[in-house]
Amino acid sequence: MIRASLTGGSGYVGGELLRLLLGHPGVEIAQAASASRTGKFVHTAHPNLRGVTDLKFTHPETLEPCDVLFLCEPHGKAAGRIETFASLAKKIVDLSADFRLESAAAYEKWYGWTHPAPEWLPRFTYGLPEFFREELKGADYASGVGCNATVTNLALAPLARSGLLERAVVEVKVGSSEAGARPTEASHHPERAQAVRPFKLTGHRHQAEVRRVLGEDFELHFSVTSVPLVRGAAATAHCFLKEPLAEKDLWKLYRSAYGPEPFVRLVAQKTGIHRFPEPALLAGTNFCDVGFAADPGSPGNRVIVTAALDNLVKGAAGSALQCMNLMIGLDEGEGLSFPGLHPL
Amino acid sequence: MSKTVECPECGATVTFPEDVMQGEILSCPDCGIELEVLSLDPPQVGPAPEEEEDWGE
Repeated sequence: MIRASLTGGSGYVGGELLRLLLGHPGVEIAQAASASRTGKFVHTAHPNLRGVTDLKFTHPETLEPCDVLFLCEPHGKAAGRIETFASLAKKIVDLSADFRLESAAAYEKWYGWTHPAPEWLPRFTYGLPEFFREELKGADYASGVGCNATVTNLALAPLARSGLLERAVVEVKVGSSEAGARPTEASHHPERAQAVRPFKLTGHRHQAEVRRVLGEDFELHFSVTSVPLVRGAAATAHCFLKEPLAEKDLWKLYRSAYGPEPFVRLVAQKTGIHRFPEPALLAGTNFCDVGFAADPGSPGNRVIVTAALDNLVKGAAGSALQCMNLMIGLDEGEGLSFPGLHPL
Repeated sequence: MSKTVECPECGATVTFPEDVMQGEILSCPDCGIELEVLSLDPPQVGPAPEEEEDWGE
């Protein structure tokens, strides 16, 4: 039995990771740390876990050695203490942004932040199993993934990696849980509940992760809009290609890229009402659904790719657990089998 | 051995049920399009007539 602990346990990502770990047959939760809720039952922060665990939050300073340590801190908190965390566990999965990028210069550019432990950056493997599976097997350190980056990476990868992609215009619609558990003026219910609010039309940080995964060989235009969802990120990518692709070619390309993937499903249905990926159907699941449509004869050989996921699961805690499974040699899908709910 | 055909829409393999009849409607397992069985030997399918849903009004 693997003994796993986590920091930042009272946040939404921490709560989601706890939910998943509690359902994992090969994991025992040793400690869930939270400075703000030390001594309180886990269910005081995550009421869905009432009766599922009698675990109480511990103080981060009292963390003990364990097999795997998950860091669910806000961005910028884990990097400064990485030496301490590494002394507690051989395997670490950091769910924040602190080890996602490859260089200190990239953090200066995208986060305006001087990374306090740049020597650690090359030790971390980017935590997206679909593209870093072999590197993650047996790795000691895995980074988290940006939810908007992940939905975009999974949407664009087959086109980008085939060399066909000239330019992508990506709009991601996101739910409120992306902003975390701490309330702000923007998350106040009257301000957020009905919002369709473009909040980052240019310069979104997650573009750095798209570049890390897919390279620089295509133009990327990327915007993010808040919509009235709690969970979910849904990308619509208008992709302009170097040569035309028919719908059947798109199927062939995406089937070839994702056919054996356990958590990527192709959703481009010709009948019914759920023809393309919908984030609501994916709430609580580790799936990313990807769909597409060709636009024959359109200027720039346009095809449209859509993708959706739950930002707290495939966009955070689920990918992290998938990484842990690979890092310690377990079945990749262990603890991640929840198929979602319908109707909601 | 079950007979198979390629979906004309997405290229998936569509398997004929053992008791399939000409004119029967099958669904593609990947793209979901409804396919009419045009011929059993050789196995052939074509898109079944579909009532368009109104998505835009």
